[in-house]
Amino acid sequence: MNPMSAVDFALAQPEMVLLGGASLMLLVDLFLTDRQRQITYFLGLLTLALTAVQVAALPEVHYAAFGGMFVVDGVARLLKLVSCATVAVVFVYSRDYLIQRGLFRGEYFVLALFATLGIFVMASAGSLLTMYMGIELLALSQYALVAFDRDSPVAAESAMKYFVLGAIASGTLLYGISIIYGVTGTFDLGALAVRLDAGAATQVGLLFGLAFLLAGIAFKFGAVPFHMWIPDVYHGAPTSVTLFLGAAPKLAYFALALRVLAEGLGGLVPAWQEMLVVLAVLSLAIGNVVAVAQTNLKRMLAYSTISNVGFILLGILAGTPTGYRAALFYTITYVVMALGSFAMIVLLSRKGFEADQIEDFRGLGQRHPWFACVMLFLMVSTAGVPPFVGFFSKLYVIQAVLDVGLTWLAVVAVLFSVIGAFYYLRVVKVMFFDAPGEEVAVTAGPALKFLLSLNGLAVLALGLFNGALVDVIAKALP
Amino acid sequence: MIGLPHFLLLAGILFSIAVAGIFLNRKNVILLLMCIELMLLAVNFNFVAFSRWLGDLDGQVFVFFILTVAAAESAIGLAILVVLFRERRSINVENLDTMRG
Repeated sequence: MNPMSAVDFALAQPEMVLLGGASLMLLVDLFLTDRQRQITYFLGLLTLALTAVQVAALPEVHYAAFGGMFVVDGVARLLKLVSCATVAVVFVYSRDYLIQRGLFRGEYFVLALFATLGIFVMASAGSLLTMYMGIELLALSQYALVAFDRDSPVAAESAMKYFVLGAIASGTLLYGISIIYGVTGTFDLGALAVRLDAGAATQVGLLFGLAFLLAGIAFKFGAVPFHMWIPDVYHGAPTSVTLFLGAAPKLAYFALALRVLAEGLGGLVPAWQEMLVVLAVLSLAIGNVVAVAQTNLKRMLAYSTISNVGFILLGILAGTPTGYRAALFYTITYVVMALGSFAMIVLLSRKGFEADQIEDFRGLGQRHPWFACVMLFLMVSTAGVPPFVGFFSKLYVIQAVLDVGLTWLAVVAVLFSVIGAFYYLRVVKVMFFDAPGEEVAVTAGPALKFLLSLNGLAVLALGLFNGALVDVIAKALP
Repeated sequence: MIGLPHFLLLAGILFSIAVAGIFLNRKNVILLLMCIELMLLAVNFNFVAFSRWLGDLDGQVFVFFILTVAAAESAIGLAILVVLFRERRSINVENLDTMRG
């Protein structure tokens, strides 16, 4: 191992800025009164902006720092930039919501920034040890965020469930890592790939470890049969936290799958492909079918997450560069759509009222035509209707699956998307064709309205000009 | 002679006890936290055994990280438990079922 050099630290500069900013906020927040709390909020946005500038300055070629533990490359750079932007949008979306509920406290922003740091570490992990540290930093911040509304009994319950199931997932993942370490004698993902090339695909020990590792990854993603926590956590957490959980961490879990499965265990593609096929088909089936029965929008979107995770796994299981690129495209566009969908609930919620029932959207088309239109864009895009971006993300994933000859899998994916379209369109029907119930007042501030409008338009623009995003991804993930 | 298989078997048994404990226990959330801790310690056992067998120190370094993270994890788990108890006046696992669907 080479000793640490100044170059290593230069490559980790974005992480250091983020950590410094979050720690500073934690300190500054202690001395603020409730009326000055805005300062923490702006410091959070400033930290994210500074971090994004640092990330943008990183090289796009592959560099390994700290003896290979920390890797900087095109994917890491892209994932970090997108997660910075996502978290900044989450902050803007959740501000009014938090103020109205007396939850506008510094902890929310500090915890979200530490979670972002976890995402950064996962995106840059060059060894299983770094990956584990990133996963835990992200997970621990998320448990605390879910339990953040201390006066809500549902939040405490869902935080407890999330904590216990998340801890089992970490334990399973670690057990898998320990077996793989025992067989190969290394944690370094690069070294792991080299040692596996020598015909290791038939070793029982490795497959045993791989199964545990995959169970852990599936747990984090929320793929069926490890999905039990998703609906309860999404439902129970304050909507501003659900907004965060539903969007940014998906980028990190994509990095986890890419780094560990594709880079580290690339020699075992046939083995993990079979296991992922099962997970993906079950996720598509359960996610789409159960979502139909939901009346709570947050729960419906949670099951929609599960089915979308199925699609991300479809891209990964192809095991080809095209597949990974399709999965990355899917992840990024899904993050944009999830942000918008949960933000619609935030938009219609006001003090003492959560607009988390599908019923609450009745007649929105008459009262607030523009926001009904934004919701229409988001729902139709998630359902996969052209020319919105959701159509293209599904198309690329299915193409990648067809390329490796899994035609039946592509057919299954399309069939379940058709079932899925039903519940997205039901929301649209409720908005435009049902008589309005009680007055739906929108008390949200201009920043939220503006950004949400942009978010809705982005879904359309990304669809019309999807080639631009495809190019960016092709450059990042050659 | 006690060799690597014995250590792995012990770790496997401990891990299984932990998983069984989590799914069988219907009474108390504290027991869940103890099972989680046992699970991580079983994994540590694996790491140390492999590290010794391979003659490679990395495995033992990993154990230190796991121990540290486990401490942070228990702290957060207990904090959530306190919030839950304040709201419910109970830490019975069977009462954790207010959300359905």
